[in-house]
Amino acid sequence: MFVFIARRLLGMFAVLIAVSFLVFVIFILIPGGDPAERMAGKNPTPENVVNIREKWGFDKPFYVQYVRMMQKAATGILPGSHGQYDVLRSFQNQTNVAEQIKRGLPVTFSLAIGAATIWLFFGIVVGVIAAVKAGQWSDRLITTLALVGISLPVFWLGIVVRYFLTEKPAHPLFPDGGYYPFTKDPVQWAYHLVLPWFVLAVLFIGFYGRVLRSNMLDVMNEDYVRTARAKGLEPKLVMTRHVLRNSLIPIVTLFGLDFAAVLGGAAILTETVFELHGVGWYAAQSVGDLDLPPIMGVTLYGAFFIVFFSALVDIVYAFLDPRIRPA
Amino acid sequence: MAEPATELQFDSAAALAAEEHEVAIVGRSPWYLAWRRLRRNYVALGSLGVFIAIVIACALAPIYARHIAHTGPNETHASESVEVNGKERPIIAGGSVYNPKTNTFKIRKVTILGPQWWHAGGRYALGADNLGRDEAVRLLYGGMNSLMIGIGSALICTFVAVGLALLAGYHGGATDWFVSRAFDLIWAFPVLLLAIALGSALSINGFHHFGISISPGSLWIPTIVISIILIPYVGRPIRGQVLSLRQKEFIEAAEGQGAGSFRVMFFDLLPNVISTVLVFFTLIIATNILTEAGLSYLGAGVRLPNPSWGNLIASGQEQLVSAPWLVLVPGLALVVTVLSLNIFGDGLRDALDPRSKTKVER
Repeated sequence: MFVFIARRLLGMFAVLIAVSFLVFVIFILIPGGDPAERMAGKNPTPENVVNIREKWGFDKPFYVQYVRMMQKAATGILPGSHGQYDVLRSFQNQTNVAEQIKRGLPVTFSLAIGAATIWLFFGIVVGVIAAVKAGQWSDRLITTLALVGISLPVFWLGIVVRYFLTEKPAHPLFPDGGYYPFTKDPVQWAYHLVLPWFVLAVLFIGFYGRVLRSNMLDVMNEDYVRTARAKGLEPKLVMTRHVLRNSLIPIVTLFGLDFAAVLGGAAILTETVFELHGVGWYAAQSVGDLDLPPIMGVTLYGAFFIVFFSALVDIVYAFLDPRIRPA
Repeated sequence: MAEPATELQFDSAAALAAEEHEVAIVGRSPWYLAWRRLRRNYVALGSLGVFIAIVIACALAPIYARHIAHTGPNETHASESVEVNGKERPIIAGGSVYNPKTNTFKIRKVTILGPQWWHAGGRYALGADNLGRDEAVRLLYGGMNSLMIGIGSALICTFVAVGLALLAGYHGGATDWFVSRAFDLIWAFPVLLLAIALGSALSINGFHHFGISISPGSLWIPTIVISIILIPYVGRPIRGQVLSLRQKEFIEAAEGQGAGSFRVMFFDLLPNVISTVLVFFTLIIATNILTEAGLSYLGAGVRLPNPSWGNLIASGQEQLVSAPWLVLVPGLALVVTVLSLNIFGDGLRDALDPRSKTKVER
């Protein structure tokens, strides 16, 4: 077990280094031209460009540049005030990227937790109903709805939902976008987030339902299910204790990764549509101005988070399911 | 005395066949069997029809623009008017209206010409946008861009992914390790975030390395970005299939005959995974069209004024209350296209691999 954890953590660090190097390649090497001038933004002063070139090491070999980039990304997370060139800074308004991301985290976290609860719950309900009623009209209806769900562009759905539920009616039932802090009033917090939660969850409900349905149908044909039936166990108990439990394993893996992805910025479209000022929204705002450091920061921190989370999921998993542990 | 039963004769297959009222035995290829299953799936065939119709409609965009709408996708007609049922109607009314008597401007509520269907002789069938451009023409041109990127990136993505998967799965060892780690690396990023990162980094100067030169506004940027990002999603499952196939006897037989690695990969392994590849290809077009739309909505895909369904929705959002059709129409086009592809892909999977559809015994 200890060897497994050590190997998984070592693998995680290797991936982290690879991920950060890829980010470096994307943002520093690929665009070409002088990176210092790009970093300095629009209408830079000459000394600004010279400073950036020196501090980022753009006149040095690529590995020095990479190490400096990572230093700045790391210093940015530390609290306290930092010099102008010590951290990743937006070149639109010179704010510390790490701080802006930290500010967005509660919003993204609220969105992810609510949406994840909804999609997990409804995904399981939908999957179980579809599997139990396989071949009947309700199964067909659910499969169709699942297909529609994965075919809907989430941002369009968000705009349409916002328009018909909050902007068009004279007395709208729901507030129109924006975020209300949980610490101020949990009820208002949930009330403001209900629409984004459901819009984001719709994407996953259908998908999870389909995966669970096919898993359950596979498990139903297993020998141990036949045994359970043969020994006279109630059909309901067979379904919940034997079939559902064993079908949920892939769902749990899927859920861990999807949840991490949403936290790591995959909810960028939902956040943008509902004007929730989370991490994804922050990256999206910077796309229009081609303000690279924020996008770079969000990509870096997002990928780090996902890598870290998937290692965590694997380790927790190995505790739960001994089959996964390598010999 | 009974005759010894030695005259036991075996009927030849031909004699048996002749006995069965001369019914010829016809060998049926798996492709024919799959087609027979697909043929009965009317929903899947109908969806394919819908998708082909959308592709043809978008391909005919230039003809529609020239002969029916009489305007290009980027031509603005904000200050003009159009004849609707014999009456002149301004394309954009309101805004700041100049009064020459008092030499002042008056701000009035802007109203944009809504969908006219056929009443304006084919012009402004789906209304105008905030610059007085014909929305129907932009929708068709946008669809052309979206479909080109979707299908193009699906082609690139599938080709590269299948090539890498065959290479990794067949050769194993260091090749497999390297390819799998490359897949893991891309897999570690959230899809859209990596797409935005690449898309915006490439939008600055374009791409000018390794003798390849792509300008910043090119459609190649979203196409390549999307195909790179989705490679592991196709490559991983196919690599898994190849891994299990290469243990089979027929591969051993081929190798025993002296077949080289190229031959084994493309003539023995590839035909065995091609049905999976086909299904993935169909479904990945749908995913790519959605990804492109999301990317263009955020401004990191197709750049304005070049239309795509994604950026049409983004620019329509600004006029949501006064002109909701600008968001609804491209969104519906997107949903219908993606849905038709998904339904067809599902039917194709059921037809090509009937075992994947688990049958329950009741």
